[in-house]
Amino acid sequence: MNIVKVGMADLNIAKSPDHIRTTGLGSCVGVVLFDSHSKISGMAHVMLPDSSLSKGLLNVAKYANTAIPKLIEEMERAGANTRRIVAKLAGGAQMFAFTSTSDTMRIGPRNVEACRMALQEARIPIVAEDTGGNCGRTIELDSCTGMLNIRTVNQGVKEI
Amino acid sequence: MKFDQFGDFQLDVLREVGNIGAGNAATALSRLISKEIDMKVPQVKIISFDEIADFVGGNESLVVCVFLQVKGDIPGNMFFIISLPSAKKLLRELMGIETDDDEWFDEMELSALNEIGNILTGSYLSSLADFTKLNMQPSPPAVAIDMAGAILSYGLLEIGHTGDFALTIDTAFFQGNEELEGHFFLVPDPTALPQLFRALGVPLE
Repeated sequence: MNIVKVGMADLNIAKSPDHIRTTGLGSCVGVVLFDSHSKISGMAHVMLPDSSLSKGLLNVAKYANTAIPKLIEEMERAGANTRRIVAKLAGGAQMFAFTSTSDTMRIGPRNVEACRMALQEARIPIVAEDTGGNCGRTIELDSCTGMLNIRTVNQGVKEI
Repeated sequence: MKFDQFGDFQLDVLREVGNIGAGNAATALSRLISKEIDMKVPQVKIISFDEIADFVGGNESLVVCVFLQVKGDIPGNMFFIISLPSAKKLLRELMGIETDDDEWFDEMELSALNEIGNILTGSYLSSLADFTKLNMQPSPPAVAIDMAGAILSYGLLEIGHTGDFALTIDTAFFQGNEELEGHFFLVPDPTALPQLFRALGVPLE
């Protein structure tokens, strides 16, 4: 078994028995997609909600609205079937409790919202979610079972 | 502004900016705990977002961080980062707060750390503002204890719209036999750099 690593503002796919993993999600959202039949999984480390604010060269993996379609496309190319794909979300925390509530500071919840919208548009159901709060998360998906392991500093480990 | 416009001279100037700011902050820290604080040579790097946490032990390493935003002529983000044992040591030396090493931090201790971070980043920024005659206003600080990657990515969100790289000015400091070790981390908004260079009389190629 190998572990496929996904960096910040990055996406990738994995096939059973490999795992796919991203570390240190704060306000970023880890979107994982899974097709239980072909056992192909995908993961995106989404940093920002909307690519329309992008200046310069567009990194599609960075934004919720562009990363999710791209991830689906790559999974299909590898043999997954969109109609069977389900999603899990983790991350979108507010790491700092600021008194001011500027838009940047609320980016975690906005990222989660944007991911939900993009998934809805692609007609992909969200089967589990561990979002919000104020802690960082490291997530790892088992491409064989579709279980998502979530590790935090404060609240230990859980699986969704 | 493109990062590849910078030559060695510009990077040297930014290193000096880190030196001045962190030097003043280290002096303030040294006064607070009545001990000598040493500094390492500042590192100025243009790094991909993924690499930012490498300075402090990688994405998943556990750190105490005081974070604030800088507004004014040179917008950006500022971090004061120390390890958990260093934070315990600071609390001990500064406030006489004795805690078990494996105990988590209570609200009082977090508030004390936040204030220490506030004082130190404040002296970092005010020395830069004095030196450059530029307007730099720090936001109120906030403290968090978590994975370095989760924390540092906060400082990249705004510049995330313009690219996948950040310019970081990192100054590490230590006390004694590195029993107390930490970092001052400045991530200026790329759009602010021409203004900063102008204020310092540095020509841009």
